[in-house]
Amino acid sequence: MKLGIPTRIFRVFIILITTLYLAGPLYGMVDFSTKPLGNEGGRSLRAWKAIGEQEDLISSITVSFAIAIIVMALLFLLVVPTVIWVHLRLPKLRRPLELICLLPLAIPGIVIVVGIAPLYRWISINVTESPVSLAGVYAMLILPFTYRSLSASLALVDISTLAEAARTLGASTMRTIFGIVMPTIRSGIMSGVVISLALVLGEFTISSLLSYDTLQVVIYLLGREDGKIAVAVSLTALIFVFGILFAIPTTKRQRAILDADIA
Amino acid sequence: MSNSAYVQLVNLSKHFGKVRALDGLNLDIAQGELVALLGPSGCGKTTALRALAGLQDLDAGSIHVDSKDITFVAPNKRNMGMVFQAYSLFPHMNARENVEYGLRMKAHRLSSSDRKKRAADLLDLVGLSTHSNHFPHQMSGGQQQRVALARALAIEPQVLLLDEPLSALDAKVRTQLREEIRRIQLEVGTTTLFVTHDQEEALGIADRVGVMRQGILEQIAAPTELYERPLTAFVAEFVGLTNPLPAKVTNGSAEVLGVQVPTVAGSITSGSGLALIRPEWFHVEASTSGNAKIFAVSFLGSTCRITIDLADGTRVRAQVPSADASQLGIGANVQVTLKSLPVFVKGA
Repeated sequence: MKLGIPTRIFRVFIILITTLYLAGPLYGMVDFSTKPLGNEGGRSLRAWKAIGEQEDLISSITVSFAIAIIVMALLFLLVVPTVIWVHLRLPKLRRPLELICLLPLAIPGIVIVVGIAPLYRWISINVTESPVSLAGVYAMLILPFTYRSLSASLALVDISTLAEAARTLGASTMRTIFGIVMPTIRSGIMSGVVISLALVLGEFTISSLLSYDTLQVVIYLLGREDGKIAVAVSLTALIFVFGILFAIPTTKRQRAILDADIA
Repeated sequence: MSNSAYVQLVNLSKHFGKVRALDGLNLDIAQGELVALLGPSGCGKTTALRALAGLQDLDAGSIHVDSKDITFVAPNKRNMGMVFQAYSLFPHMNARENVEYGLRMKAHRLSSSDRKKRAADLLDLVGLSTHSNHFPHQMSGGQQQRVALARALAIEPQVLLLDEPLSALDAKVRTQLREEIRRIQLEVGTTTLFVTHDQEEALGIADRVGVMRQGILEQIAAPTELYERPLTAFVAEFVGLTNPLPAKVTNGSAEVLGVQVPTVAGSITSGSGLALIRPEWFHVEASTSGNAKIFAVSFLGSTCRITIDLADGTRVRAQVPSADASQLGIGANVQVTLKSLPVFVKGA
């Protein structure tokens, strides 16, 4: 479709405004984190270099990534197969499952904390004190986002027929789900993964109220001592998530699926 | 149940709520035979095929293939190749990988080189050897269904199941692919069940055609027999065109349009009824003192379809060779009689 000149100008204008809106704060962060403080000379990368020296920070990054990995594992092994199973075999349960998956969005974080605090008190006494146990509650928090993106991509293709074709060719149920259905809805799974990753790395309320030192909690504490390092770390985390976002999908095969989704 | 039956569906029943999809269906298929199930939507033909594939559980009945009871065998252990109505190629695999897929499974596992060779052979068989690296979205609907057929045949299935594989394609590709399916089926010799609602498709491809209605098989016979000697009024009316005309039946013979014709089995045995007359069974002759008048004529190439108003006001459709139709113009008076062929007569 050939666009008229006014439309094109309008489009460039919108892109420009959006870019400015998004880039403004980022520029502010770079500016602030490199600004001279008090009697320091010119701009410096002191705050950025200091990131590596903060032991709390390093350990919190490790913890947050460990949590993220566990959450991803739960997502791949539990959430995705469950949604697919319900979609294929128990269509009557689709509505109830959707409702359950959307609940974490409707319940405020603080209410969730009040509800699960006794459980986590028990866990920290009897099982582990490690913040990694937060993976359990995070796996619940990501449900609304993963469910939406999964069900949207399942609705795009005739997944039942594909699954039946695989079955008649001799594939077991597990092989059908992991070998046929999951690759077919890869774009949906990937967008669920990116959103979940961003959520897990960015979650503050619950971990702070349950007194676990995750990345965001440590950034917050650091910000009270040295704001510049906190901002530098935040920016790094942001760039990291952007990086993941642009890294997917890259291979030819994944593009083929995206094309098929659109077609 | 005949002993020669390779596939036997015995007394299959399935209800969906109050709808009887299968109501005691019995069907035997001989080895290497292509049987088509034909019927209006909701007659249970697809349910029967899916039951044979193991994709549909049953309320009652049993399924035997090669003398083995497979009623409770899971679909992935049945060794059935299936082609679906909807495009069913795996979108993340190219044509060759799709065809190879079944050969990677435990039941049919082949070594990598045998697998590649077999996939290449099958793509060649369906005429797509140059498309082996194409992904499904890069192929037309007809090409996708060919690959799906190659994929289904790759596992050397005991039975090939075709669930309206042509209905999503346009008319020209449909006819072409239909002929190709038959050629391949004869070449490979796979026992095949083909489900369709298109009578031309069923009559054109099958060794025997089964007409289904409300979950049971009304009649199963070779295409010509089904057309010429229907056993029920439903079959007569569903397969091909018919003209209902009043008839008087006595001793296995009916008087229709003043002509005595024999009746086929299943007709009423005495009294008055309606004879179901095929368009090409009329004999139409121009005659000024004729008993009928031509209402419309449409030229169909080698034949002409003529709509005729009989003296009593009944409107019938006749089909005559175009060569004989030169004097049959609109409004012309004609004499309509019947060729002496056996007819089906149903109760009025």
